[in-house]
Amino acid sequence: MSLGLEHYLVLSAALFSIGLYGALTKRSAVVILMSIELMLNATNIALVAFSRYIVPVLLTGQVFTIFSIVVAAAEATVGLAIIMAIYRSRETIDTTKIDLMKW
Amino acid sequence: METVIPNELVWLIFLLPLLSFAVISLILRPFFSNKPRLSGYISISAIFGSFILSIWALTSILSAPSHELAIPDFNWLVIDSAITIHLGLIMDSLTAVMLIVVTLVSLMIQMYSQGYMQGDPSYHRYYAYMSLFTASMLGLVMVDNLLIMFVFWELVGLCSYLLIGFWFHRPAAANAAKKAFIVTRIGDFGFLAAILLLLSKTGTLDIAQLHSLAIAGTLAGTVLTLAAIGIFLGAVGKSAQFPLHVWLPDAMEGPTPVSALIHAATMVAAGVFLVARMFPLFEHSEVALLTVAIIGGLTAIFAATMGLVMTDIKRVLAYSTISQLGYMMLGLGVGGIAIGIFHLFNHAFFKALLFLGAGSVSHATGTFDMRQMGGLRKVMPWTYATFLIASLSIAGIWPLAGFWSKDEILLSSINNQPILFYLAMVTVFMTAFYMFRVVFLTFGGQYRGDNSGSHSARPHESPSVMIMPMVVLAVLAVGSGWLNVTGGFSQFLGGGETRGFFEGLFHGFTHTLPGLPIPLAWISLILAGLGILLAYAIYSARWLSAERITRLFAPLHMLFSRKYWFDELYEHIIARIVLLKGLFAGLKFFDSRGIDGAVNGIARTTVATGRVIRKAQTGQLQLYGMFIILGVVAIILAMYLSG
Repeated sequence: MSLGLEHYLVLSAALFSIGLYGALTKRSAVVILMSIELMLNATNIALVAFSRYIVPVLLTGQVFTIFSIVVAAAEATVGLAIIMAIYRSRETIDTTKIDLMKW
Repeated sequence: METVIPNELVWLIFLLPLLSFAVISLILRPFFSNKPRLSGYISISAIFGSFILSIWALTSILSAPSHELAIPDFNWLVIDSAITIHLGLIMDSLTAVMLIVVTLVSLMIQMYSQGYMQGDPSYHRYYAYMSLFTASMLGLVMVDNLLIMFVFWELVGLCSYLLIGFWFHRPAAANAAKKAFIVTRIGDFGFLAAILLLLSKTGTLDIAQLHSLAIAGTLAGTVLTLAAIGIFLGAVGKSAQFPLHVWLPDAMEGPTPVSALIHAATMVAAGVFLVARMFPLFEHSEVALLTVAIIGGLTAIFAATMGLVMTDIKRVLAYSTISQLGYMMLGLGVGGIAIGIFHLFNHAFFKALLFLGAGSVSHATGTFDMRQMGGLRKVMPWTYATFLIASLSIAGIWPLAGFWSKDEILLSSINNQPILFYLAMVTVFMTAFYMFRVVFLTFGGQYRGDNSGSHSARPHESPSVMIMPMVVLAVLAVGSGWLNVTGGFSQFLGGGETRGFFEGLFHGFTHTLPGLPIPLAWISLILAGLGILLAYAIYSARWLSAERITRLFAPLHMLFSRKYWFDELYEHIIARIVLLKGLFAGLKFFDSRGIDGAVNGIARTTVATGRVIRKAQTGQLQLYGMFIILGVVAIILAMYLSG
């Protein structure tokens, strides 16, 4: 049995759904951040798979993925910095308790 | 003046006083406040120019074949090509007569005012208003369109408001001004309604077109009657006819020359003029014409009864004006344009003279209360002579002006409305009585004012600038009636027979009418003579005591001197109870509960809904994300299922 595009897409969809589930249900901000990273990586897999199977001569998808990883790294830095700042002022990173803007 | 007046100059007749108003109020008042006489000179020159032009217009109209000049008009307002309002002038015999009356009387009064208003701190303002007043009245009599006429009509009302309240620092004057404005507004409502009715039914407001529609019978029936009654309602308000007469006596709060102008030539004449101008509409509606005659006849006697008992000289004159206006309306109702307008024409001169005389008297004595006067014939010979002439004229003594027009009114009423004729005859007697009551109280006997050393304690003749106009008006009060001795005046206004001069001079004394034992003129002369005799007996010779007569007729005296309680009826019952407690309270309830309730209710519902719905906004981003995902899934499912 050889690996086809579908397998990669199923893997990608599964990873995305797990990430989404985590992002929507977890209370800890760090875990939410991790879940978002997971979703990003799921899309990276899809991008590379599409590129490899549909237009093998071009490297568009791979290059795009490199950008995506760079942005994800930057985003993780900013996100963690925000979480640090919140923790310092609120002594918690439970998102249900961070509700300063709520009426 | 053989040539016909050019069109541009016709426009100038009312533009001149308007220009004078602009110059005085925009240039003289702000920049030349230290030269007050200047405004008088400008205003008088402007009105003098208008007077000369009016004479020219009159001669042109007299020589024109159909007594009419065609003045090209222009479109003032075009609405969707369905309604076009022209701005144009009618120059016919009626306009010409009115122009002469208005400009001549206004000229005399403005000359007189130079003496009367001398030293008044608001001299500029006075002449500015006077110019505007005259300009509005001239515009009113000249325009050929009801809508534009309404504009001038309201301008006349505004000016009378401004002038009655000229001394606005006196609460009585301010209140009188408001009263005049509001009461006449009630009548104006009828006029406006009639204008709208005519516009919606005929699509035109051009007076000549409305005339021809009424004559052709296109405009007939209920619509015509309603329109005519509405127009008449406007005239009732302006001409102070019963039941809207209450503003005129209070209007005495204005400067006396203003009263003269209002009573003689401008404000109150506007109502009579309006009916005359729209006369073809009245002529074709029996009900409307009858209404005019009845209201006129009733007002004439009703106002005369109140004139009998007033102690303020100007108030007697005010009621006399209302009464005489009633005569004019009666004349219009039973006789036609020529008779009504002829009385207006004569009345303008003698009534202006009476007011100027009253002003001259108060200038000398500092009061209008006749109980504080007396004996003035010796110190004020000119005022006395002119006032006497005017009184004889208004009483209808042959051959003075008042006799001719009053007799014509009586003559046509006996043929058409016998009951109104008898009322009018009684009024003749009352008129003579109250006028000579004024004459004897003011000029006869001994001076009754206090003799302490003030200026007013020593009565003196007025300056010649005041006497001169009075003399001119006295000449007119004698002679203006002679214009119709041969029937020429009536002919000019379209109606009536012509006679030879001497035949006409004694016509009334020689022709017996069916139903009357002796000729009409004798009857009216005897009645007027009896009135004068009674006044002499009570107030001069003192054969009868005024106090005893007052006691004898106490309830009647009460009724007359309290003015039939009309002021109380209007103020306490209609204004306070019916309007304030009834209608306005109801409207207030509707406004606060109905209108405000609806608006506030919508607001409250919105707030309450928001309070419930905002529970959904938890502020939890994850929950929002959840709903977004659910939404996306739902959309995908829907698309998948629908193929």
